[in-house]
Amino acid sequence: MTQIAVNHKNLTAETIGKNWITLFLVILVIVFSLITPAFFSIDTLQLILFNGTEVFLLGAAELFVIITGGIDLSVGFVMGFSTIMSSKLIVIFQGFGLPPFMSILSGSLIMLVIGLLPGLVNGWLVAYLRVPAFIATFSMLGITHGISELMTQGVPTKNLPSLAGIIGNGSFLYISPDRKIHFFTRPQVARGQIVVSILPNMVVFAFIFILIFSFLLSKTKFGRHLYAIGGNIDAAIRSGINVKKDLLKAYMISSFFASLAGISYVMKYITGKPDAGADLLLDSIAAVVIGGASMAGGSGTMGRTILGALVIAVVQTGLRIIGMQTFMTYILVGSILIIAVILDQVFPNLNR
Amino acid sequence: MIDHKKQGGAMPHILEVKNITKRFGGLTAVDDVGFYVDHGEVVALVGDNGAGKSTLIKVISGVYKPDAGEIFLNGSKIHIESPIDAINYGIETIYQDLALAENLDVPSNIFLGREITKKKAGLIPVIHQEYMLEESRKVLDRLDIEIPSLKSNIRNLSGGQRQAVAISRSIYWNAQVLIMDEPTAALGISEQKKVLELVSSLRKQGIAIIIISHQMYDVFSVADRIIVMRRGIKAGERLVKETTSEEIVSLIVGAETVEKK
Repeated sequence: MTQIAVNHKNLTAETIGKNWITLFLVILVIVFSLITPAFFSIDTLQLILFNGTEVFLLGAAELFVIITGGIDLSVGFVMGFSTIMSSKLIVIFQGFGLPPFMSILSGSLIMLVIGLLPGLVNGWLVAYLRVPAFIATFSMLGITHGISELMTQGVPTKNLPSLAGIIGNGSFLYISPDRKIHFFTRPQVARGQIVVSILPNMVVFAFIFILIFSFLLSKTKFGRHLYAIGGNIDAAIRSGINVKKDLLKAYMISSFFASLAGISYVMKYITGKPDAGADLLLDSIAAVVIGGASMAGGSGTMGRTILGALVIAVVQTGLRIIGMQTFMTYILVGSILIIAVILDQVFPNLNR
Repeated sequence: MIDHKKQGGAMPHILEVKNITKRFGGLTAVDDVGFYVDHGEVVALVGDNGAGKSTLIKVISGVYKPDAGEIFLNGSKIHIESPIDAINYGIETIYQDLALAENLDVPSNIFLGREITKKKAGLIPVIHQEYMLEESRKVLDRLDIEIPSLKSNIRNLSGGQRQAVAISRSIYWNAQVLIMDEPTAALGISEQKKVLELVSSLRKQGIAIIIISHQMYDVFSVADRIIVMRRGIKAGERLVKETTSEEIVSLIVGAETVEKK
């Protein structure tokens, strides 16, 4: 009888321990809603997702590398490089006389190919030349930053087609006052009437890729091998897994997601800046670790990483809504990250 | 003393190595060593630290390339260039560290690197979790191993259970020759016993087993034949039923009287 009671108690503690991040998220939302009742609304939720798009994408980027036991410090500045490169490409294509939509599409697609390069170099250095991931990607941070600055000479990119902003700030569907649903285009309505917009385009865009890669991670051999590499790299090598090739792919996926984040930024803010993602390195690593991954590798899931990123996004937008300075976000995210790591150290079985 | 024709003469040995030599710079770790192992036979490889047991094993498992010597599998000469080659020939090695991914569950480990996939929507190959779980259960049952939940991660298993998973992995892939490096080291007494029982049951299934061990008790309870290594050379070879642990120990340390025999 006592035994059962003890087990039951442990189980409850374990359930709470495993889901502390969900609990924390709920508490955050309650606190923000108490301070500003308007916080609790569909619009705020969409704003949180919209503002957090890049955090989601960079969290996904970092996850692939952290699972293997590595780290990618370059994601923020690869994203910055992507904002510069993609916006310049779009402007060039427009100069050739391509229609705005085609310019945006071609510029973005080419950027996604170019965006694999930093990851290719990172992965090659880490997997084939055995350069520590910290050093390889830290150097790539500097290199991509420098290239971006050289390309812009200190001036953010401009002259992007206004369509970029329309796409970037638009929504997937709109509901007009007469309850009609409109896809992609905001209906014209009389003054004072309210159009409800559902699912910001960039959020949909980000989650399409996140879902595809989540599938790759959890269901395919490649995904399983990444976990094996992070868990025991010697075992992975001896069991015949092509560890070098898989590591290379992980770093390329990371930089692919960083490029996506850059394109998302360009669409939203209609400009490119070398330091567009400078603040986001903290967020990207924090998202993964808050989501329960261990920096030692071998653990972490896409779902939990997105949950971790959501916590950060809620803090960011929430603090802004209740009128705090954005700098508070850094302090809070940094603190939550430390708590997450301590929890991982003290209760190593929590998230596994 | 050793009956080399016990299989009836014509039958080749499952595995035979001849004149294996491996040098590291000026050091000759293995010097012109040869031995064989047959179907359903357990051969123990004993010797002091640095006697060359591990080096010899690593030559067979493809970790080291020998400087001289030949390896025969079922009578035909084979070339083992890498660990994968050895595995493809049905020579599986279980190292002391077991080479398990502790963060993954039992089926993921048994199928590590050789995961079974099924086509999702007839197009995308995804891991066939249920099949792998079912097959894992079958191989564990065959070896009479009990693991409460196959879905639990290796890190939650005991040392003996981990050893069992490592053995199951080798057996599942139809190993003809199983090499075990100190299988009972770092195990509790009751778990040591279980692992030794497991070795006996593998022998009954016809697998050829080579065991490296320091423990005389293990050697005498499971092995059929003992090969003693000393300073890189083969110091002696004895059938378990015709020797004593005193004789083996004196071969290991190189006592004069025995060496001259």
